[in-house]
Amino acid sequence: MAKPGHGSDGLELSSLQDLYQQVILDHYRRPRNKGPLEGATHTLTLNNPLCGDVIDLMLRLEGDRIAEVHFEGKGCSISQASASMMGAILKGQTIEQALAIMDTFTRMLHGDADAAADTDLGDLRALAGVAKFPVRVKCALLAWNCLDEMVGSEKPGS
Amino acid sequence: MDTPDPTLDLETGPAYDIERIRADFPILGRLVHGHPLAYLDNAATSQKPYSVIQAVDAYYREINANVHRGAHELSIRATEAYEEAREVVADHIGAPSASEVIFVRGATEAINLVAWTWGAAHVAEGDEILLTKMEHHSNLVPWQILAGRAGATVRYVDVEADGTLVMDDYDRLLSDRTCLVAVTHVSNTLGVVNPVAEIAQKAREADAICVVDGAQAAPHMQLDVQAIGCDFYAFSGHKMLAPTGIGALWGRREILEHMPPWQGGGEMISEVRLEGFTAAQLPHKFEAGTPNIAGAIGFAEAIRYLQRIGLERVHAWESDLTAYALERLDAVDGLEVFGPRKDRVGVISFRYADIHAHDLATILDQKGVAIRAGHHCNQPLMTHLGVDATARASVYLYNTRSEIDALVDALGLAAKLFGVA
Repeated sequence: MAKPGHGSDGLELSSLQDLYQQVILDHYRRPRNKGPLEGATHTLTLNNPLCGDVIDLMLRLEGDRIAEVHFEGKGCSISQASASMMGAILKGQTIEQALAIMDTFTRMLHGDADAAADTDLGDLRALAGVAKFPVRVKCALLAWNCLDEMVGSEKPGS
Repeated sequence: MDTPDPTLDLETGPAYDIERIRADFPILGRLVHGHPLAYLDNAATSQKPYSVIQAVDAYYREINANVHRGAHELSIRATEAYEEAREVVADHIGAPSASEVIFVRGATEAINLVAWTWGAAHVAEGDEILLTKMEHHSNLVPWQILAGRAGATVRYVDVEADGTLVMDDYDRLLSDRTCLVAVTHVSNTLGVVNPVAEIAQKAREADAICVVDGAQAAPHMQLDVQAIGCDFYAFSGHKMLAPTGIGALWGRREILEHMPPWQGGGEMISEVRLEGFTAAQLPHKFEAGTPNIAGAIGFAEAIRYLQRIGLERVHAWESDLTAYALERLDAVDGLEVFGPRKDRVGVISFRYADIHAHDLATILDQKGVAIRAGHHCNQPLMTHLGVDATARASVYLYNTRSEIDALVDALGLAAKLFGVA
């Protein structure tokens, strides 16, 4: 019997290559800002009971500004890379700015092309390929759900 | 196409006609992401043959009515078909009587039924419930809930590094405080087949009730609940070609008769007065409300289908396929298969280099290969193995060596994407 898989390798390979970009694998294998955070003002652990991914997110707020973000966790490359990238992008941002980034990031994961073009997202744009794998969106958002639960209600005017 | 291994013992009948079997399952003909489906997630649920789909369809088209209710033709026919299904299930597992077979939603509900009826009536403060560290959450959480309510303690028999039970630990933990032993017949994560007859016998000697979770065993092996010697046997239809939402609990008559009813409602009573009620006879005492009639009929047809092929032959085919899968997976550099090499079924958990199981599942899916990733409702065992999640490929009677090859090929793509040498 012929081996299955002839015909659409190009398309599927490009989707998978978009999903597993080098920068994502790099964050997965060498996570940044991973480990305890001294003087954390906010900590929260969320898991995905369906798949077992866990993110323990720690923030140090100074006024309404995020001075530092660390995480602990385990899980797939998408959940861990997303948490790793979060630290660099949020450091020094106000809560309002951080929530705006989260909003853009979420829209990107749902396939919004404008959001995917927004340079404010930095390395997070590498996760745009997740949009083609809807079941993995929750992986990419796990760390951000922690952020939202911790400071989402502090958004001015909300 | 695959030919059966010539060493496979098929003397008991005509050759195992894999092409014909595959043709019985309409879904196996479909493509997934442009590739032929290689469905290797059978431990989660099995696919359904035409005959099961048609049995359910024919019930709704021809005899749909409520059971045990009316005097009209359709109700009589539906009742006959429903009760005949019970006979088929009872015969299939060697139950002494069909009245000892209770239709439930699945193995989970079966175990909960025992926990909430027998358990509520018999488990007291200071008692011990003995489980193993390999139990599926469905044979673990109901007992934790029961223990919490009754003030009892749950204890766990240890497992070896390869996932087999430490029987010395069972002997050590089993005591006169043990009121109930609940164990899985086959591990849903590692495919280990447990010595349930020995476990049941020792439980009996200790005056403990023995509950066997047969969800992963019933699809793959010929069962005889009397030979096992347990007191309850729980299993699901959907893992053995039947529709979802139907399963069975077998229990010993003398125990079932003394158990209080579970859910109250229609069907489970013989008489209701304002002052109280009298429960119905077995098995209806435990079947409150309108049951899953179509499901039971589909369940019976699934069993007939398996019997037509012969579970010994199914077992032989799967054993050959499992050996082939283990051989091919073992040959992949950086891949680790969990579980024993013998006395197992074709539920194969593995990890591959540093590629997380979910990433593997996503990549394999793009090649049409369906596997499970995660903790398999088996978190304590995962912790014991020291892993967060595993990838799990599980075979059934319609799988082929080509599909194992497709799995291994797709692992090659994962290695490429992740830069695994």
